[in-house]
Amino acid sequence: MNDFASLVQLSIAVPIIAAFLTLYVGKWGRPAVQIVSVTGFALPAIFALFLWGFYDPAIAGDYAFVSKMDTGLSIIGVSLHLGLNGVGLPLFVMASVVGLAAGLFAAQSKAENLPRYLFCLLIMQGGLMGVFASIDIFFFYFFHELALIPTFIMVGIWGGRDRNYAAMKMTIYLTLGAMLSLVGLIAIYVKSGAESFDLITLKAHLAEAPLAEAVQHYAFGLLLFGFGILVSLWPMHTWAPLGYGAAPSSAAMLHAGVLKKFGLYGLIQIAVPLLPDGIKQWENWIVWLALGNILVVGLITMAQRDLKQMIGYSSVMHMGYAFLGIAAMSVLGVGGVVFMMIAHGLTVALLFMLSTMIHHRTQTFEMDEMGGLSKKAPVLSAFFVCSMMASIALPGPGLANFWAELSIFIAIYQFKSWLIYAAVAGIVISAIYGLRAIARIFFGEESKDFVESQKEFAVSDMTWAERVPALILIVVMFFIGFFPKTVTESLNESLQKEAVYSQSE
Amino acid sequence: MSTEYFQKIAETNIWGAIAPELALGILALALLAMEVTLPKVAHGLIPRVAILGQLIIVGVMLTYGCSGFCYTGEAFGGMLSFSETGQLFRAFFLGTSIFVSYLGMVSLEKKTLPEVEYFHILLVITAALMLLAQANHFVMLFVALETATVGFFILVSYFRDKAVSLEAGLKYLIMGALSSSILLFGIVLLYGAGSNMELVGGNADPLNFGNLKNFLAANPNDMLGLMGMLLVISGIAFKIGAFPFQVWIPDVYQGAPIPTTALLAVASKGAGFAMLLNLTTVFSALSEWLYPLLSLLAALTILFGNFAALSQRNLKRLIGLSGVSHAGFLLIGIVAAQKVDWAVNAIMFYLFAYLLASAAVFSVLAHMGKEDDSELTLDDLGELAKRNGFLGMALAIGIGSLAGIPPLAGFIGKLLIFVAAFKAELYGLLGVAVVGVVVSIYYYFGIMKAAFFDVWRYQDEDEEVQEKPVPGASLQLLGKLAILVAVLGTIVLGFYQVPLGSWLAG
Repeated sequence: MNDFASLVQLSIAVPIIAAFLTLYVGKWGRPAVQIVSVTGFALPAIFALFLWGFYDPAIAGDYAFVSKMDTGLSIIGVSLHLGLNGVGLPLFVMASVVGLAAGLFAAQSKAENLPRYLFCLLIMQGGLMGVFASIDIFFFYFFHELALIPTFIMVGIWGGRDRNYAAMKMTIYLTLGAMLSLVGLIAIYVKSGAESFDLITLKAHLAEAPLAEAVQHYAFGLLLFGFGILVSLWPMHTWAPLGYGAAPSSAAMLHAGVLKKFGLYGLIQIAVPLLPDGIKQWENWIVWLALGNILVVGLITMAQRDLKQMIGYSSVMHMGYAFLGIAAMSVLGVGGVVFMMIAHGLTVALLFMLSTMIHHRTQTFEMDEMGGLSKKAPVLSAFFVCSMMASIALPGPGLANFWAELSIFIAIYQFKSWLIYAAVAGIVISAIYGLRAIARIFFGEESKDFVESQKEFAVSDMTWAERVPALILIVVMFFIGFFPKTVTESLNESLQKEAVYSQSE
Repeated sequence: MSTEYFQKIAETNIWGAIAPELALGILALALLAMEVTLPKVAHGLIPRVAILGQLIIVGVMLTYGCSGFCYTGEAFGGMLSFSETGQLFRAFFLGTSIFVSYLGMVSLEKKTLPEVEYFHILLVITAALMLLAQANHFVMLFVALETATVGFFILVSYFRDKAVSLEAGLKYLIMGALSSSILLFGIVLLYGAGSNMELVGGNADPLNFGNLKNFLAANPNDMLGLMGMLLVISGIAFKIGAFPFQVWIPDVYQGAPIPTTALLAVASKGAGFAMLLNLTTVFSALSEWLYPLLSLLAALTILFGNFAALSQRNLKRLIGLSGVSHAGFLLIGIVAAQKVDWAVNAIMFYLFAYLLASAAVFSVLAHMGKEDDSELTLDDLGELAKRNGFLGMALAIGIGSLAGIPPLAGFIGKLLIFVAAFKAELYGLLGVAVVGVVVSIYYYFGIMKAAFFDVWRYQDEDEEVQEKPVPGASLQLLGKLAILVAVLGTIVLGFYQVPLGSWLAG
């Protein structure tokens, strides 16, 4: 099963190599830059889809495509151990697809100094591919940081309004989160006595000799708050809407869509299986903070007038469901969370991209100053309506988010039945802001400002260059919506291997 | 003392073991000779000869490793003790000296001051520091340290036409003299305690590290010994700029010429840690007092360095204060080394990473092209990336490594220190370190913001004509090469440490 291990390595290496090439070919003009960078995004996507097809269900959720390399830190038990299991693989595929869409969108953007912009984006993509392919938890962290640093740079240089403040705030918050989780990971490494950062070794070792409860308590606390900050757990979420509001759209797509899932992935794959007593001690914290995400942030989302900020808040809000699903500790709940991470990653990336396209046409992100866009841009309108419906998890054919949230709801009902009321209230809230946004932007009368701006800027529908990245995302979204089994089968098997996740009856 | 006594000591003299130091001394003298003999037009060669000579010394040291001249064990009547760590410190000081020579070449070219003396003194300081790292006797330690410190006094006030440089020199002289006297007082107390023949372990030569260690082990509650230890540690804390002995740092760093600032930041700090590493074993019997003291110093140093740097806009002061916080992180390593053997290697890795990052940052500052480099502020960095992309890149990598951002060497250094600290169960210090890292992001970010943000975005707009000097006008092939070595070293050590792997493992 390790035949295609080099493809995993290449998926990480290609974007990074392409990043440097992009800088180099900058002098040959824009087309060269576009070709090199798009290749850097497309190859990992092809590799990932190929690996997805070749992942053998017969190995029942184990790691496939494994490779191991010593990078010189063997003294603290670190090795570059790569591989994909039923949890990592779908996220790996999602990362590559969102990356391709973001790359295609960025390559045609009007950003100044395009080669450097694409350089940052490609480095980020390399890091993202590494995050979900790492079996070694040190490299898991390392690749996350590799992807995170370019985000700050992109927000700071190419960002919109308040970019300096937003970049600074993001940097400080996320550094704090990363440091806490790093200390948490070191705690696991040192206290386990396994002398290894390797997840497989650690799991085997801790299954034999679990950590003392007190150790699990503080180690899980560190990881919960460290990852929590990175995933924008309430009330440590304030960096997210601000940062996404300021970030250039392809950076926001990759961060909100993919990178933010790092924390959840870390909880599901590392923190909970390794520290099963830890999560039980922190269970109430998770539940109450997650409710903060769903209800408090949900209400804040309803009050947003800026489209990008609203999408940013809504993505924060959805993280609440993910935390609840994890707290339920059942295969159904956690599987639902992973499925939601994929579906949400695709839709939120799509929404950020579409919102920038709307901005190109209306010259504003203020929803009050828009209106009636559907007449001028019916295709854009169709895309937006479709992705917003998916994002707020309306039940509909082929909308993956609905299946994801449904399984989370069933799991939390089995976990603590009263939570279902809050969760349903959240659904109502998201329906309100989602549908209202659609109405404000696309339907109704054209606002005065919009009429004014049309005199200067002609409004056209989506061009093919814009449609391609959007189509990529929407096709994959519908594919997993209609055939969820392609994801859930191996996911289910991988999760069932973890003793901590209970089987639902 | 009889002649036989001296003969017996002379038998332990292994001159080959100090060949690198001797070579440096000869090179230093050769530079002076060259100034006298060479015609004036050829004087530009002298700094290049200095650099080349040092490169050869490093090359020979690394090629032959410990097989040729390197000797392990005591020599020179117990004055020096050679070990692998000492060998690494030699390489560290030589590396620092090479970078400082290069910076000196750049900075002095703009001046009409005598050049040769700078390199001469630099080489002497380097040789002294290399001996200091291998000292096994307090007399040797003090003499080596004073040789270096006296050299520092001159180099700090080298720009004698500038008031700020002279002022820095005077401040350093006063504070340096104070710290030397504190250190000396501590040594004297240790001598007084250890030479007491009435006590178990009393010895005629109590300043030898081994003898003193045995004495302290036999008398761990000796008040004089304890006071001596306290004073010696205080004297060293001055060298590394640990709180509360860091007051001199901002002013002296600001006033000194850039190469001297770099030398102070890297070599002086390295020297302090070389001494600490040796002395913590000597004072191991007093660990009950020593480690709480060092832990306290570490915590306060990290907090002070980072919080004081927050509001700085002067670049040299900022780097100086950030250096204070790095001393704090290294102190954590020293404390951890009590329980975790390989923490020593973590400290060495951190120091080398710090050397490379500092080399990159100081090279950029030296090339900023400002007449008065003591007044370099964040504003002067404005649009650096646009005005000189190469320097901008070097600054970004250097600052990133200082901030501990992966995948750069500084991150691995911090990681190793953190893991060692966790293994040694220093949870409180780890908490302080995390706070320190997060706070430090603010000012490192400020530097990046000044150099990059606002720049690329508006590249094509017609802005008012820049009156700022052109950075990097003095940058030549040699300079680019030097900066590239620092930058590439920082990046490669960040994710590929295989060549060091076995060494890291101890």
